[in-house]
Amino acid sequence: MKRAPTHSYPGINLGERHASADKAAEVVTFGFWVFLMSDLVYFGLMFAIYITMIDAQAGGPGPHELFDLKSIFAQTLILLTSSLTVGLAMLALKYNLPRGRIVLWFGVTLVLGISFLVLEVRDFMAMAEKGGIPQRSGFLSAFFGLVPLHGLHVAAGCLWLIVLGIQLRVKGMTDVVISRVVRLALFWHFLDLIWIGIITIVYFGGLTYG
Amino acid sequence: MTTSATGFFGRLNLDALPITGLIQNPNANEIVANTAAAVVIVGVVVVVGLLSWFRLWTPLWRDWLTSVDHKKIGIMYVVFAIVMLARGVLEGVVMRAQQAAGPGDGFLEAEHFAELFSTHGTIMIFFVAVPFVFGIANYVVPLMIGARDVAFPRLNQISLGLTVSAGMMLMVSLVVGRFSTGGWTAYPPYTGAAFNPGVGPDYWIWAIVVSGIGTTLTGINFAVTIYKLRAPGMTFMRLPMYCWTIICSSILIVFAMPPLGVAALMLAADRYLDFHFFTNDLGGNMMNYANLFWLFGHPEVYLLVLPAYGIYSEVFATFSAKRLYGYNSLVIATMSIAVLSFTVWLHHFFTMGQSALINAVFGIATMLIAIPTGVKVYDWMATLWRGRIRFSVPMLYGLSFLMLFVIGGLSGVILANPTVDYQVHNTLFLVAHFHNVLLPGVLFGLLAAYNYWFPKAFGFRLSEFWGRVSVCLWTGGFLLTFMPLYFVGLMGMPRRSFSYDDPSFRPFMIVAIIGALVITCALFSVLIQLWVSIRDRDQSRVPVGDPWDGRTLEWSIPSPPPPYNFAIIPQVTDRDEFAEAKEKGAAYPTPDAYEDIELPRNTGIGFALCVLSGVWMFALVWWIWWLAAVMTVLMILAVIVWTFDDSTELTIPAEEVRKDHEAWLALVHSETAVDRDFETSPENRGLARPDLEAFT
Amino acid sequence: MDKRSEMHRRERRRYVIGYGGSLLLTLTTFAVAYLFGIETPGVYLTIGLLGLAQLVLQLVYFLHIDRRRSSREDLHLVLFSTMVLLIMILGTIWVLGNLAMRMHMHVM
Repeated sequence: MKRAPTHSYPGINLGERHASADKAAEVVTFGFWVFLMSDLVYFGLMFAIYITMIDAQAGGPGPHELFDLKSIFAQTLILLTSSLTVGLAMLALKYNLPRGRIVLWFGVTLVLGISFLVLEVRDFMAMAEKGGIPQRSGFLSAFFGLVPLHGLHVAAGCLWLIVLGIQLRVKGMTDVVISRVVRLALFWHFLDLIWIGIITIVYFGGLTYG
Repeated sequence: MTTSATGFFGRLNLDALPITGLIQNPNANEIVANTAAAVVIVGVVVVVGLLSWFRLWTPLWRDWLTSVDHKKIGIMYVVFAIVMLARGVLEGVVMRAQQAAGPGDGFLEAEHFAELFSTHGTIMIFFVAVPFVFGIANYVVPLMIGARDVAFPRLNQISLGLTVSAGMMLMVSLVVGRFSTGGWTAYPPYTGAAFNPGVGPDYWIWAIVVSGIGTTLTGINFAVTIYKLRAPGMTFMRLPMYCWTIICSSILIVFAMPPLGVAALMLAADRYLDFHFFTNDLGGNMMNYANLFWLFGHPEVYLLVLPAYGIYSEVFATFSAKRLYGYNSLVIATMSIAVLSFTVWLHHFFTMGQSALINAVFGIATMLIAIPTGVKVYDWMATLWRGRIRFSVPMLYGLSFLMLFVIGGLSGVILANPTVDYQVHNTLFLVAHFHNVLLPGVLFGLLAAYNYWFPKAFGFRLSEFWGRVSVCLWTGGFLLTFMPLYFVGLMGMPRRSFSYDDPSFRPFMIVAIIGALVITCALFSVLIQLWVSIRDRDQSRVPVGDPWDGRTLEWSIPSPPPPYNFAIIPQVTDRDEFAEAKEKGAAYPTPDAYEDIELPRNTGIGFALCVLSGVWMFALVWWIWWLAAVMTVLMILAVIVWTFDDSTELTIPAEEVRKDHEAWLALVHSETAVDRDFETSPENRGLARPDLEAFT
Repeated sequence: MDKRSEMHRRERRRYVIGYGGSLLLTLTTFAVAYLFGIETPGVYLTIGLLGLAQLVLQLVYFLHIDRRRSSREDLHLVLFSTMVLLIMILGTIWVLGNLAMRMHMHVM
């Protein structure tokens, strides 16, 4: 099946002289989609486990004592904004915008990603002070099996961002690097989707049913 | 349990070696354990010695370990699977011997027996069936769809590396420490830290996690390969049946391996970090584990058996010289089985205590799978009907499968009824059932594939005589070993028991050990077949590449194929493309022009990750934290550094392709085509005379 | 070159729309929770639906999943994955919920 020449993925259709690179990028991007779906099952099951363990608090602290919605709100806004900026970084690369713009959006995304992680770790530390450690109950085990898993993904995304930044500098804007940035953006958007699930099910769901 | 108070080598010390046990307490049990350890060590020494003696280290590294060619990776998978198969079979024999020794007279300790059935199951599923299935798929799929390689050749190498390093952990566990005693399913809380503080479950966890990652990457790779890399003109409904089964199997991997990873990592969190997912106290719930494990476990058996169905479909069509009957219904049946396999996991724990309604729903869903499977069996029989059947080795495996598999499948339908399952669950009836589907289903299929595609891979046929001997031995051995288990199962003998009280079980157990010995002979007959075939290879060469009058694209190229597979990517116009071409007299066309071919260059990343992940697992098992941390960093660094490498492609000039291809075409035109009656004689040089009569 | 900058503008607009919509939905979610209190009946249902809306919005505007021919393969993949995931999650909740009820574990 031949793809229509309009943008099929953000960033593919690199231009006419890149026809073979387009084909390669299409295969890799589709493969990455399949990987994301596999990863989605990991998260989906952790959500299911969390739901089944929401009551297993074993007398330990529960959602009402532990969750800090203000911090969650801030994290949500930061992650959402980083999802926009990573998209803009990719567009800047794809459309050959001046170097400064590329660096700017890459930098902003990285700073937002790291701030998200800092806030998240602060939350965990605050929870630990109130006795909310994973060793305390099944509910807390499920919480710490899921939310830090997402955090770990964000951290991996940050590392990936740094590596791609270096590759852009060393190798220049080759087709391979651009196609990697496309996948990083997909990954980042995917993590934002998971985060929507986390605020809806883990935090609001926890507060409602916990 | 504390995981902090450990020294430089973690909890590793001399007590971990089996020889220590032998010195302190010499008995039969320790002798068996030490023999197993010695076999591993001697095996390693012999392999290293032979490689050094024949100066093979450089070729091994250059042509195999760093290769990203899907054909070589496929062969390495199969070799690995056969080595592990040997261990798995021998463990089965030791277990049968223990039970045949009669009530209370065994020579093994309960702990050792438990270790045996745990490693036997883990090895057979994860390190025999999976690598064998995907070894064959690696070799065959790109050739069948007219591609030069899989979608991600380097990822493919990494998958192999991770699978092998995980398998090596099971070998290491024979020599250092003990493997899990928790069965291949490793149910907590028994495998939790409170009951099992040793290293056994940790070996299981990390072997499963790492091989699971490798398998997931393979699944992604093959789904994308078949989805995106088909030759021009090969629409989905022209895809060979085998590729259909591989795409379904890959989809099952992509969605079914994560539950296993989740379950194993949660168990690791319980054991290492004192979490409470599956513990008895503080809100843990071990029923979550059973649920997660079988969310994986059930699709797993279909991801193994579907490719075998695909192999049989190709074998029946080829050796009946007919088009596969009911292609569309087979495709629909395969997809239905793939989807249904996600809806039946609960039948593995009917007795856990959920309501009768839930059991009934999952029981009915399970029985539904018999419908598409039945469709397949009838399609295969209709393919044979009025075909010009040749009883060659793959066909014999196929016929054996058709008869035996139906019995296994029907005993599955019996088990799908929850009321019956309450009676026979956890007995040897179940063991008989799943061996009855896995041996004739998966293993016979893989052996058929091995016999069928071997001449494609190596350019000469396998010995027909020894092939027939091994079909007979496998079939007879299977019947003798596992049919008695149905009976003792119904009589109430529990599975996994290292001893028993009821003497009436004993005669059945004696028949079973005889069967197990026949299976051992079958295993040796496979090795003898290989040896004899290599010795006599000059009488069975098939350089033209089509020894069986094949129907699909892989037979239209030389045997063994060149690294780029196809000199010219074929244009596909039919489902049985090569058979149609031969019928029309259009096979072996001379191309107008040749092009430069780009192939992926060799890389050492797969080997590097194999070694690093192996050390990483060992460090985690033995709590050598500093080493685990170092390995984690090194693995991440290895991947990052590797992504900086730009020179990943290698160009084969058009002139070289032309020279090789024309030499082969000249050979094709100089050979005489042989009739099917002389298929197994030395006259068969791989050029088939199409059996025109059969096409009408 | 003009065509390219036109495409650039169009793609950038998609991102901005996706961002604006998501922002709005997020703010509404937290506002509903804050104003009515999470325990009020119907609030959690509203939050759930808002979350779902945001998932679809981001899939369309950030991940470029829609019914156009060019992204149909991805759409199929996402729909199939959703189906399998729903079987797994709903099945797990059904089975484990039932077990908990029958064993008086007071879960759910």
